[in-house]
This record gives sequence, structure tokens and C-alpha cells, in this order.
Amino acid sequence: MSSITDVAPVPATRTAQGEPRRARKPRSGALLGVAAWLIGFLFVVPVLWMVLTSFHSEEDAATNPPSLFAPLTVDGYREFFGVGTGTNPWPSLANSMTASVVSTVIVLLLAIPAAYALSIKPVRKWTDVMFFFLSTRMLPIVAGLLPIYLFAQFTGLLDNIWLLIVLYTAMNLPIAVWMMRSFLAEVPVEMLEAASMDGASLVRTLRSVVAPVVLPGIAATSLICFIFSWNELLLARTLTGTVAQTAPVYLTGFVTSQGLFLAQVCAAAFVVSLPVLIAGFAAQDKLVQGLSLGAVK
Amino acid sequence: MSTSTLQTSRGRDQQPPPPPPPPPPSGGALRRTSDWARRAPLLPALVFTIIVTQLPFVVTLVVSFMDWNAYYPDERGFAGFGNYADVLTDVNMRRAILVTVILTVVVVLVSLLLGLGIALLLDRKFRGRGIVRTMMITPFLVVPVAAALLWKHALFNPEYGLLNGTLTGIWRLFGSDNAPQPDWITAAPLVAVEVALIWQWTPFMMLILLAGLQSRPLDVIEAARIDGASTWQIFRYMTFPHLRRYLELGGLLGSIYIVQNFDAVFTITSGGLGTANLPYVIYQTFYQAHDYGRASAAGVVVVIGTIAIATLALRTVSTLFQEENAR
Repeated sequence: MSSITDVAPVPATRTAQGEPRRARKPRSGALLGVAAWLIGFLFVVPVLWMVLTSFHSEEDAATNPPSLFAPLTVDGYREFFGVGTGTNPWPSLANSMTASVVSTVIVLLLAIPAAYALSIKPVRKWTDVMFFFLSTRMLPIVAGLLPIYLFAQFTGLLDNIWLLIVLYTAMNLPIAVWMMRSFLAEVPVEMLEAASMDGASLVRTLRSVVAPVVLPGIAATSLICFIFSWNELLLARTLTGTVAQTAPVYLTGFVTSQGLFLAQVCAAAFVVSLPVLIAGFAAQDKLVQGLSLGAVK
Repeated sequence: MSTSTLQTSRGRDQQPPPPPPPPPPSGGALRRTSDWARRAPLLPALVFTIIVTQLPFVVTLVVSFMDWNAYYPDERGFAGFGNYADVLTDVNMRRAILVTVILTVVVVLVSLLLGLGIALLLDRKFRGRGIVRTMMITPFLVVPVAAALLWKHALFNPEYGLLNGTLTGIWRLFGSDNAPQPDWITAAPLVAVEVALIWQWTPFMMLILLAGLQSRPLDVIEAARIDGASTWQIFRYMTFPHLRRYLELGGLLGSIYIVQNFDAVFTITSGGLGTANLPYVIYQTFYQAHDYGRASAAGVVVVIGTIAIATLALRTVSTLFQEENAR
């Protein structure tokens, strides 16, 4: 609302200038479209290059100038998955999947009731609570690393995937509370009351009034929590060893232990990024809601 | 809105609307029960957050005032502000503070500006807009460690990286065989890290700003256009004021993430060549030198820096938030 009233009055001169400009518009519009394509292409080139290189042989991957049309092969992937090299990325991929999925589920279980108490039947001073949650997300993880490490060492939780699950839950909970609150705030409360007065069962109310508004919100929240957990490196690198290491940790160790095999590195990077790429592409619109904590819809 | 209409209908002599009625003083027990019923769903999340995020920080604060090196467990004791003096006078630490500031400011500003330009381009209708948007988002969806590896080995590598490969290709095109083959990471290590981060964060800024652009009141802009406002005038006086909050939101959220960046520095330069930022140095002090007291003091310094940014961030988010609630 304020943005409309704030706007300075635009000189309302209806000159002839407007006409030629409009006539010129299609051409400059086409140019700007081409520019957008070019920039988009520039941004995606490194990823395309990664995928292409991952399907080249090591010799073709390491040529200068690059051999774009070299024959394709899946050797990079075969080696990444341990054919002939004895490495095995599956445990770390499984660990990442466990940590991301389980922590996301716990986050939702904690965040949805909390968001309910902050929107539909708000507690007093609910805005303070919201900002408390947000402020915890801004605390650098590195500042709490040492106590967490010592605690884990003391309790024998080092190199245990559950430690990461708990920490990822704490890391994503503030974001989830913010997002879920912004969605629950859209539930029509009058309709809830009307439904309960009309004697609708709880299940029916949930299904026909709450679910249509809240399910997209849950999807957006899950997506963001999943991505952040999957990407996390610092905690995983510090707190896990051989048993509970996640895929990003495996990636960092992979290069140093294998020396440099470019095609294999690209294959590894692509495999580890694939779940996030799939989730992100499948839910592009949800991405922006999540990144802005639900403030932007 | 509703209070003001109420007021005018009551007449001008009326005082400003009374504060909301205080809760009924009687029936305390009943009210307390219902208060707790309201709070109950909130408590698990709140208690969990306090235990997992606040307690460790309190411990960090305590340890930061202690002499504590894991290699000398017997010499544990109170250090006063000694660790802080060490942190703030140590050349490496000071360098790390400077690097953190430069890295954050450069990455956030450049990706905001690029993000704004690209968002403005994508706000127009053109053929294949959806595809370009998808292409733009892709860098953000590459796992940060993987992105850092990709830049280090597949793009920046002086012998067979794509950058130098492209240079060779272009020079060959003109019949020359001695294309420049710079060693990008050694020549400009911090810039190399920044470029990789900007590549990942521009899509983030672009997404937030594009959402801001698309929430503009289009009818007003159309009216201005019909009244003869130029594209620049519309941007300067209508789009930009509307976008300001989104710019602030993107900039501040971006700062919070990039101040904490570890992955890129760790992977691309391993903190070498003068690129070690505070998170990396803290990791190193704690993980390799086992000097717990100093690592904690450095951690507290990062927190103080972050609180400065975060206070701004919270204020921005809260204005967006109030606007949304007023709607």
C-alpha cells in the first residue's frame, strides 16, 4: 500500500514522444530477450560443462582447447561408484539422504504446531517469539561448533548420523517456523469456526479447509530444509568420520585421496548435486518462498 | 484501518482509541490453563531450539575466557580477555576479519546488482522466458562443495580448465598459438573465490528481486506509462522504491549466509593464499591447533559481527512482515 502512495508524481505530460518510443519497442524488446538468453546461458554453462565432462574419458576431459565432441562414456561414473577403484560413495549418499529426510520430517513435526500457536491461535507476544527463532538462524554455526564437538565426544555421539539430524533440525527449524506461519496465517479462521459449528468432523475440516492452503506450504518448507541439510559441510566435516560421513564430506575427501581425475570429479559433483537439482527444478516457485522465509509469495 | 474508521464515526472530540482491554483480572487459574493450552504447541520447538542453539553458544562464551588447549589439558584456567587480545592482535586473525568483510561485501553487492539486472530482463515477456529462468536458477541448485570443486578443477585449472581452454580456442581461431594461460587461482585467489560465490548467489538475489518486481501494482505503472513517463522515470520513482525492501532482504539474507561461508574457501584455496576467512580460521584453530580458548574467542567475534548485520536484517524482515500483516 505504502509503495503506491510513496511514489513521486510522474510528470503527466502527454507528449508526442511517447509514440515513437512505443513504435521502437518491439526491436529493443527482442534485443533484451536475446540478452536474457545470453546471460542465462553464461550462468548455466559451468553446469553443462560439468555434465559434459563427466561423460568424457579422462584423456578427453583434460585437453586444451576443450574437446566438445569427444566420444561419450560412463567411465567417470563407473569409477566414482567404485568399479576398479574400490571407493564406495553409497554409504555417504545414504547418510546424506537419511540426515536430510529425517531432519526435515522432525522439523515439520516441530514447526507445524509451533506455527499454529503463532498464527491461528496466537500466544501473546507471538512476534517476539518469531524473531527469537529467526535470530537463532543468524548465529554463525561455527560459534557453537566447539561445545557441540566436546559434547559429542563426551557422549560418544561423534560420527553418529543422529547428531547431524538433531543439528540440522535446529538449523532449519527457524526457517520452517517462519514459512509455516506465513502459510497458516492464510487459513480462513472463520471457515474453521463455521465448519466446527456445522458439526464437520476434524478430519473433514482438515481436508477441505486447512489442507488446500497448508499443503503447498509444507511442500515449500520441506524443499528448503532438504536442500540446506543436503548441502551442509562444516558440521558434517567436523563431527563425522568414516561411518556417518555425508556426501559433501565424501566429495572433499574424494579429490585429495584420488588425485585429480577431472571426469570423475565432474561425475561425482553431478551425482551429489542431482537430488537438489531435481527437487529444485520440480518446485521452482516454492524456492523463492522458502528463500525469503515466506515473506515473498 | 478499522480503528481509524471507527474513530471518525464516533466524532472528532473522541480521544485516540483506548488501548486494548486488559485481560480480565479474575478467573486467573482458568486463564492460565487456556494460556498454557495456547502455548503447548509452541513449546517443543522452542525448548528444542534453546537447548540446541543457545546452550552451545553460552559454553563458547565461557570457554572464550579460558586458557584451554587440548594438547595441554592440565593448563586449563581463566584467561580473562587474553584470548580476545590474541585474536584481535594476531596478524592472521586480523587478516581473516578483513577477508571476511571483503568477501561478504563484494559477493553480496555484485550478486545483488547482477541479480537486479537479470530480474529486470526476466520481468519482460519474451520467447522462452521460463527456460531462461530455469537456466538462471541452476547454479544455486549445485551443492556448494560440488560448485567449488567444479570451479577449481574444471574451470580455473590453468592446464585444461574451461577458461583457459576457451582462450586457446579463440586464439587458434585467429591463427595464434600463444594464447594467455593465466593461473587464475594463484593470480587472484580471493577473486576466484568471489567469482564462484557470485555465480551461486546471483540466482538467489534474482529470484527474490523477480518476485518483488512481479508484486508491483501493474495498473499504476500502466497508468504512468500512458501519462508519458519514461522507462527510467518508472524505474526510478516506482519500481525502485517498491524494490527497496526486497533489495534489503536479499542483501541481508545473503550477508548472513556468506559471512558464514566455509565450503568455497575450504575447497578452492584451502584457506591459503590469503583467502582464509573467519569461519575457516576458527575451524583451523579448533580442528588443527586444538586451541579451544582462542577458537571460542574468534567465534564470539564472528557472532558480534553477525549480530550487527542480523539486527539490520531483522529490522528489514520485520517491516516486510508488518506490511504483510497489515494487508
